[in-house]
Amino acid sequence: MKLVTAVIKPHKWEDVREALAAAGVAGMTVTEASGYGQQKGHTEVYRGAEYDVSLVPKIRLEVVVDDGDVESVVSTISAAAQTGKIGDGKVWVVPVDSVVRVRTGETDESAI
Amino acid sequence: MKLVTAVIKPHKWEDVREALGAAGIAGMTVTEASGHGQQKGHTEVYRGAEYEVTLVPKIRFEVVVDDADAESVVATIASAARTGKIGDGKVWVSPVESVVRVRTGETDESAL
Amino acid sequence: MDTGDTAWMLASTALVMLMVPGLAFFYGGMVRAKSVLNIMMMVMYALAITTVVWFLWGYSGAFGDDVGGGLLGGGESLGLKNITLETLSGTHPTYIFVVFQMLFCVVTIGLVAGAIADRAKFSAWMLFVPLWVTFVYVPVAHWVFAFDGDTTKGGWIANQLGAFDFAGGTAVEVNSGMSALALALIVGRRVGWRKEPFRPHNLPAVLLGAGLLWFGWYGFNAGSALAANGTAALALINTTGTATASVLGWMAVEIIRDKRATSFGAASGAIAGLVAATPSCGTVSPLGSLLVGLVAGVVCAWAIGVKYRLGYDDSLDVVGVHFVGGVVGMVMIGLLATQANVENLGFGSAGLFYGGGLTQMGKQLVAVVAVMVFAFAVTWVIAKLIDMTIGFRIDEEIEVSGIDQAEHLETAYDNIGGGSLQTGA
Repeated sequence: MKLVTAVIKPHKWEDVREALAAAGVAGMTVTEASGYGQQKGHTEVYRGAEYDVSLVPKIRLEVVVDDGDVESVVSTISAAAQTGKIGDGKVWVVPVDSVVRVRTGETDESAI
Repeated sequence: MKLVTAVIKPHKWEDVREALGAAGIAGMTVTEASGHGQQKGHTEVYRGAEYEVTLVPKIRFEVVVDDADAESVVATIASAARTGKIGDGKVWVSPVESVVRVRTGETDESAL
Repeated sequence: MDTGDTAWMLASTALVMLMVPGLAFFYGGMVRAKSVLNIMMMVMYALAITTVVWFLWGYSGAFGDDVGGGLLGGGESLGLKNITLETLSGTHPTYIFVVFQMLFCVVTIGLVAGAIADRAKFSAWMLFVPLWVTFVYVPVAHWVFAFDGDTTKGGWIANQLGAFDFAGGTAVEVNSGMSALALALIVGRRVGWRKEPFRPHNLPAVLLGAGLLWFGWYGFNAGSALAANGTAALALINTTGTATASVLGWMAVEIIRDKRATSFGAASGAIAGLVAATPSCGTVSPLGSLLVGLVAGVVCAWAIGVKYRLGYDDSLDVVGVHFVGGVVGMVMIGLLATQANVENLGFGSAGLFYGGGLTQMGKQLVAVVAVMVFAFAVTWVIAKLIDMTIGFRIDEEIEVSGIDQAEHLETAYDNIGGGSLQTGA
């Protein structure tokens, strides 16, 4: 099993959600996050003092999937989230040793 | 490639960002989190009733790096975030199997 | 007793009271989420303790019969004895006048809190307020607000000097600004000042606070006519002109310097204008009030940058807005006081542009300098004594983890993570 993590632009979230649902992936965890990368933040001014706000809002989503589904999930997310402009984000895959579905106690493949 | 995750005290964020910037790391994902460890929470009082608030605000951030850079990135973060007092946090490393840069579709090392 | 005057003074008093929660919101929105409750508590506590001090000896010391040199009132009204519900101050009951004037004191000390937001021990503040009211505000209020009566003598700035200060450009604004500076220097700079972005955590609250302050300021200024008459009406229209022109002046500075006008700037501009209106609303003309406002907005917008160059952490710009705005108002009187308005008040000379020469200007400057020096020096001594005994500043650990939780055992907002990350979200 693998943990697929994606950090994407907030306004692309709905597109990604729809695309994943169409691909049969119904469950995931979504968090508000901030990104700091090649995308410049912006300047704000408070009473004449300038501040560089370098953190840009992002959405992070995480979903645990079967080994066999990883490649298609990664490309589904990445295609749906793409705008072609700087700040689109990244998707990465990390191995998962074990998973438990809390409601039933089912483990591993039966928990996904 | 490796995923470096750090959970640190919020007010050390600027120091860590500067240290990583100096080390050539420009991109990362930052989230608000709460920690619960050896650091005690605190008590709040509302109209005479006491409440234990055990969650202490933290910042979590994640950055995917080349295998060769993982050790130095961990050391940079740990020393920049250190205050020497309880609650300083942890930094850990997980293996990453694949990465995609959403904007361009580049994979793996070219996506970092 | 005149029922019209009394009704207006009752209403004005309530309006000035509204400035207290208004100030709490104005300041509260400007600080970080982890310290909003502390600044609001400093203001709330100031309201409570000042009342006690004022009833016991503050009112008497400010408005009692002068004991010598126009410097301080006497003890005939200690504990408000000798005052009944029938006693009059002019045409309205003295009880109203007592509260009206007390609230001016509360606003002044509330403003001072702004200079040391986020880092003052609450116990030190609790001790500081009654001492400051007694040794700084009461004498200055006597100098500026206590006019000679039929059988009593008042303060020297109002009577012997004859400077124009309708609602307290010196007693409230210059006073709070200089007291704030003394405190800021003793308490020191916030941890991370200038390196970390201390942005306002709730600008809508700042704007709400500014609106409430403006509304209440009509009572502060027009109520200082102490009657429901043409003078109050003049104060009302001048306050409006100054505040609104100041918004434009501040916005102009931002547009030229930063290419954009900010809401924080507009709110700050309004307050700077209201500050400049405080002394000048009784003597300038409505057109003159627009000029006063424009100058106040432009000068204060520039002045708030001075703290970065001189290195003092005046957290909420009490010096840049209140001290500087107060000086602007006092000085503009020396230029723009009209003959008709001067005659209406019954003393003093018209301003430079109205044929009065520099006579009045000289008096304005003397008043400003006297209050400036006195407020700074005495506040410094009080703050230094407190700092040397119980200490004024909180621990660095607490300042960083959040003063609300440490000093009041409360958190303002129910957030995981406590809103500790200031992002672009």
